[in-house]
Amino acid sequence: MGARLDAAAAGTANYVDERTSIGGFVKFFARKLFPDHWSFMLGEIALYSFVVLLLSGVFLTAFFVPSMTIVTYDGPLATMQGVEMSEAFASTLHMSFEVPGGLLMRQIHHWSALLFTAAIVTHMARVFFTGAFRKPRELNWLVGFTLMILSLAAGFSGYSLPDDVLSGNGLRIIEGVFRSIPIVGEYASYWVFGGEFPGEILIPRLFTMHILLVPGLILVLIALHLFLVFLHKHTQYPGGGRTHKNVVGLPLFPVYTAKAGGFFFVVFGIVALVAAVFTINPVWNYGPYDPSPVSAGTQPDWYILFVDGALRLMPGWLFDIIPMEWELWGYTLSLNILIPAVILPGLFFGFVALYPFIEAWATGDRGEKHVLDRPRNAPVRTGIGVATITFYVILVMEGSNDIIANLFHLSLNDLTYFFRIGIFVLPALAFWITRRLCFGLQRKDRELVLHGKETGRIVRHEHGEYQEVHEPLTDDERWILVSYEDIAPLEIEPEFNDRGVRRKGYRWDRFKQQLSRIYFEKRISPVTPEELAEAQHSHH
Amino acid sequence: MNALARHRYHRAAPVVLVLLLLALVTGIAAAVSTASSADAATTTADDAAEGEKLFAANCASCHGLDATGTDGVAPSLVGVGAAAVDFQVGTGRMPMQASGPQAPAKRTQFSQEEISQLAAFVASLGAGPAIPTAEQVDPELGDAANGMELFRTNCAMCHGSVGGGGALTQGKFAPSLWETTPTHIYEAMLTGPQSMPVFNDANITPEGKRNIIAYIEAQDAGSPGGLRLGAIGPVAEGMWGWLVALGLIIASTVWIGARSS
Repeated sequence: MGARLDAAAAGTANYVDERTSIGGFVKFFARKLFPDHWSFMLGEIALYSFVVLLLSGVFLTAFFVPSMTIVTYDGPLATMQGVEMSEAFASTLHMSFEVPGGLLMRQIHHWSALLFTAAIVTHMARVFFTGAFRKPRELNWLVGFTLMILSLAAGFSGYSLPDDVLSGNGLRIIEGVFRSIPIVGEYASYWVFGGEFPGEILIPRLFTMHILLVPGLILVLIALHLFLVFLHKHTQYPGGGRTHKNVVGLPLFPVYTAKAGGFFFVVFGIVALVAAVFTINPVWNYGPYDPSPVSAGTQPDWYILFVDGALRLMPGWLFDIIPMEWELWGYTLSLNILIPAVILPGLFFGFVALYPFIEAWATGDRGEKHVLDRPRNAPVRTGIGVATITFYVILVMEGSNDIIANLFHLSLNDLTYFFRIGIFVLPALAFWITRRLCFGLQRKDRELVLHGKETGRIVRHEHGEYQEVHEPLTDDERWILVSYEDIAPLEIEPEFNDRGVRRKGYRWDRFKQQLSRIYFEKRISPVTPEELAEAQHSHH
Repeated sequence: MNALARHRYHRAAPVVLVLLLLALVTGIAAAVSTASSADAATTTADDAAEGEKLFAANCASCHGLDATGTDGVAPSLVGVGAAAVDFQVGTGRMPMQASGPQAPAKRTQFSQEEISQLAAFVASLGAGPAIPTAEQVDPELGDAANGMELFRTNCAMCHGSVGGGGALTQGKFAPSLWETTPTHIYEAMLTGPQSMPVFNDANITPEGKRNIIAYIEAQDAGSPGGLRLGAIGPVAEGMWGWLVALGLIIASTVWIGARSS
């Protein structure tokens, strides 16, 4: 039996291989090495939740009607009986209450959308804090960044499809944001909505964007993202024998294929569990879209919340004297919308996208980096990361200010005043504290390398001196603590050469030097072999 | 003794017993209901006097002995009506425990009889909205779909889409309506307590108010989608997405990533 099965399997494989030469590819992929660490699976969460989104999304498209034609509801939901609504909303109710499993599928789809965006952000944070974006991976950082932006587009367009009050309010805000752009804003808004808001073609347009354009782009970019991962090979955490020129890990087959394949079902299972237990986006509570009502607790999904927060944070009058809305030559310039909802996200995302290049200017390093940094060994980068997260979280909290105020019995106004100051002070404070913590941890590492681990064992010498016995580190342990690079601030050539002629490109070099000083002026260097030898000598 | 024992096994005995029991139950019910209606009829006379005593002991320190209020401390109660008293005292908001942005609901400090007496006293000071009848607030008689539309246009901007509550300015808030009795919801609309505007019968008809109550009561059934996370919208959902969904999955990556050693 076993022999016959083997023969059949071999025969099939051979049949396919003779016609496609796939054997070579399988061999190549199966032997591809990957380093092992749980944090390398964060991107996989995003990938798998995207697969869940595709699967559940196909189910939903079978029942959703992307139309803004008005119908009168006649279905099982008592609180909607006889209410006028668009076909989009009616079909959402239909799939939720009349299609078997429809509500579960909707909830799986929505929960995995939240998970998709959250996993992307977490994955980006891992890549950032470990320095995995350095050469040669800058371009893949940009691909990933674009995927993140596309995930926001996918999420927002999907959130708006049911044509309920909550998402309609969100679209109204987006319309306002379009209109705040000087000169082209109004045209852009008319172009997107096909006339005056809300118009009658928005839902069909969003539908095409949501089920075809954005997911198509995401699929292509995921392919590119993974191709580049294969091409660059995976990064690895520092450890015994690991360098920028090798990869220490296990082959893809069989361990990782089993782990990764199983992990898909873990992700799907947890999403299904959460979706079965917790309501998400109960559109039947919000009702069909109508421009007049806005209920308390009107917020976008978490990934757009920071824009809402920025809008809530922005004062209408600066220091109560400078108006943020101007009438110029008969046109209105709404700085109170333009700054928080267009300029601020633009700068924020621009900074995130360009960060690998900014850091490359500061280090001046042109080598390939395949060993990751421990976050403590890049104190300024880690500080910038924590400051950026703090900035973002403040915007998210301001976006939820009414929920926070109500939950903790605080004053909504005081919260907003606190965040208006906090948005400037707290990121700076977070940067400073984080950098200090990194330095502290680096000093602790130096101490460990030089003097070993405390054993708690006290011995008394013959001459009466008490001393604690320190146990030296193993070679592997020491490798992790000393293998980071000691980067000094950039040295640049002088402005004038010996004949007194001004050098071209000096200003750019000078900028890079200043940047470099911010990064590396103050640093804790790793223990050198000489220092170690001296410390060991003085111990004995 | 023998006669009774014989009759116990008579064929008609069960029927007789059931009839007797029914007579007993309806008799008691009738007695109780006539007693209470008799009470209701006589409230104004005795109870206003009792209410005045209660008022002097519990309310007058802020509202004044003549209930005309104190500037900056407490409003005049002349003309607020019995409905206002039944709401404020019946939900525990009054007497107020401490000054703050707004009086929170708390454990009721008076029995329903005492509340009625206080209401009767305040109602005697000047004409105002009366306590609604049981029929006026019966959710069974309301139309929840119409209530949904009225709720969305009139109530949801403060109380949230399904009455889960929301924040107002300066620490004030619109409370959750899920624990509030239909009578108190009706009275709140009628009298506009604290930050709430008055929805008189011209704004929202009595039928409309009953429809709103029907919509709020329909929320008692919970959400068809499962636990509703407070029904306060996407913020709670986002937080659960991060903490529960992503949290569980990251925990499993640590488990999967761990080497078996």
